[in-house]
Amino acid sequence: MGLLIDRFDVFASGFWLTLQLCILSGVGALLLGTLVAVLRISPLPPLRWVGTAYVTVIRNAPLTVVWFFAAFGLPALGSNADFLNIPGLNVVFSRLSFDLPYFRFAVIALSVYTAAFVCEAIRSGVNAVPPGQAEAGRSLGLTFGQNLRYVVLPQSWKAAVVPLGSVLIAMIKNSALAGFMGVVGDLSNAAQELVTAEGEAVIPVFIGIALGYLVMTMPLGLLLDRLEKQRAVAR
Amino acid sequence: MRIKRLVALAAMTAMAVSAAACGGSDDNTGGGGAAPEKTFEAGTTMERLHKAQKITIGTKFDQPGFGLKGLDGKPAGFDVEIGKIIAEELGIPEDKIEWVETQSAVREQVIEDGKVDIVVATYTINDKRKERVDFAGPYYVAGQHIMVRADDNSITGPDSFKDGTKKVCSVTNSTPANNIKKYLANEAQQLVLFGGYQECVDALAGGQVDAVTTDNVILLGYVARSEGKFKLAGEKFTEEPYGIGLKKGDDKFRDFINDVLEKIFEDGRYEQAWKETAGKFDPVLPEPPAIDRY
Repeated sequence: MGLLIDRFDVFASGFWLTLQLCILSGVGALLLGTLVAVLRISPLPPLRWVGTAYVTVIRNAPLTVVWFFAAFGLPALGSNADFLNIPGLNVVFSRLSFDLPYFRFAVIALSVYTAAFVCEAIRSGVNAVPPGQAEAGRSLGLTFGQNLRYVVLPQSWKAAVVPLGSVLIAMIKNSALAGFMGVVGDLSNAAQELVTAEGEAVIPVFIGIALGYLVMTMPLGLLLDRLEKQRAVAR
Repeated sequence: MRIKRLVALAAMTAMAVSAAACGGSDDNTGGGGAAPEKTFEAGTTMERLHKAQKITIGTKFDQPGFGLKGLDGKPAGFDVEIGKIIAEELGIPEDKIEWVETQSAVREQVIEDGKVDIVVATYTINDKRKERVDFAGPYYVAGQHIMVRADDNSITGPDSFKDGTKKVCSVTNSTPANNIKKYLANEAQQLVLFGGYQECVDALAGGQVDAVTTDNVILLGYVARSEGKFKLAGEKFTEEPYGIGLKKGDDKFRDFINDVLEKIFEDGRYEQAWKETAGKFDPVLPEPPAIDRY
C-alpha cells in the first residue's frame, strides 16, 4: 500500500485530467440533454421526432461505438473539433487547446452519449409533475417556453434528481474509456502504466484507481442527496 | 404448429450433429506420432513436463508475426514456433501444448502463480522483471522504430520529436510507448496512445499524428500492407531482447532452454521458424543473439 503514497503524483495527475474531462462532459451532457428533453416534450411533432430519434439512436449504441465515431469518424469528415477550443475555457482546461484533438473528441463522445440518458432522466421528472400544472400555465396565457421555465421544470427537478445522479456517476466511470481512445494520462490509463511498464503489483494500483473514482463520485452522490432533501415536499 | 416444431427439432438435431462432427475431427488432426523417447534428470521441470506429456505456454494472441490467433482458434507466429520447438525437445507432441493468452500486464503474474510453464510473448528482458521471473535467451533482438507517411521527410529519428511539434502514436502500456516518452518535449501535446496498432495507423493516415512507433517487425507488417503510403524513418534506436520467461530460481530448466536455443541457432530450425512466420514481413534473417546465462 506504500505504493499509493510513493507514486501519488501519478494518481494525482491522472485524477486531475479525469476530473477535467468529467466536468466538461457533465456540463455538456446537462445542456444538451435538457435541450433534447425539451424537444421531446414540445408541441411540434417534427421537434418531437428529432428528439426521439436522437435518444433512440444514441441510447442504444454502446459507448465504445459512439466514441469510435467521435475519435475516428470526425477526422474522416475533416473536423478536429476546434469549435470546442473556447477562449476562456482553455486557460483552465488546457487540453482543449492542443493540436491533438482526442481530448475534445472525448468530451464530445461522453457529452453526446450521456445527454441521451440525461434527457430521459429529466423527462421522467417532467412526467412526475401533475398535468394540472401545465394546463394551469397554459390557461394563464404562458407560452410553451415560459411554461417550461417557470412552472414545469422547477417542479420536475425533485423527481429528476435521483436518476440524474445515477447517470452522472455512470458518466464519470465511463470516462475511463478515454485511455483507449487516444487521451494520454487519465486516471486508469496512467495508473495501469505502473503495472505494465514498471512492474508494480496489480492490486494496490487498482485500489488506487478505484479510490480516485470514488473521490469523484461520492461527493457528487452526497450533493445530489442534499439537493433532493432540500426540495422535499411534505406529502 | 406441429410442422414448426418438427422443423425446429430437425434444425437443432442437424446443428448438434455438425457440432459434434466438428468437435470430433479436431482429435484426428495435428500431432505427429508417439512422443520421441527423451530422458531427463530426475526431479527437474523437464522430467515433470515430459512425464505429464503436457505443457502450458503463454503467448500473445494479437501480435502479427509473433503470436496471432487465427480463425481456427490457435495462435501462430515466431514466438509460437519457438514454443513448439521447446515442447518438441521435451518430448511433448504438438497437440498436447496448451496455448494461453498472456497479455503484457500479466506475464509475471501467470509465471509466479504457475498458470503457465513458460512465456514466449514478445517478452522484453529487463532487470525489473528479473526480480520476479527468470529469462532464458534472448532468442531475438527487436528494435524500436518509427513509421511515417511516405511523403514526410521531416522525421529522421526519435530526436525529431524534441522540438515539440511532431505527434507520435503508440499502443497503451507498451515498452515502445514508454521509451519514446524520453524524446518528447511535451508528452501531453505529442503522444497519443490507443489500444491497438490499427487505430494508430488510421490516425497516421488521417493526419492526426505524424508517426507511429513500436517494434520494427510489427511496423514492417504495416508498411508492407500500406501499398506505399508509409515508410520507416531512420534506424532502430533501441535494443529489445526477447526472452522466454520461466519461474524464478529454476536454473536447470533455464539451462535446458538455453541449450535448446543454441542448438536451433545452428541446425536451421531457427531460420525455418523465422521464414515461416515473421520472415514474411522482414525477409532479412535476424542474427541469433548471444545467450545470456546469468
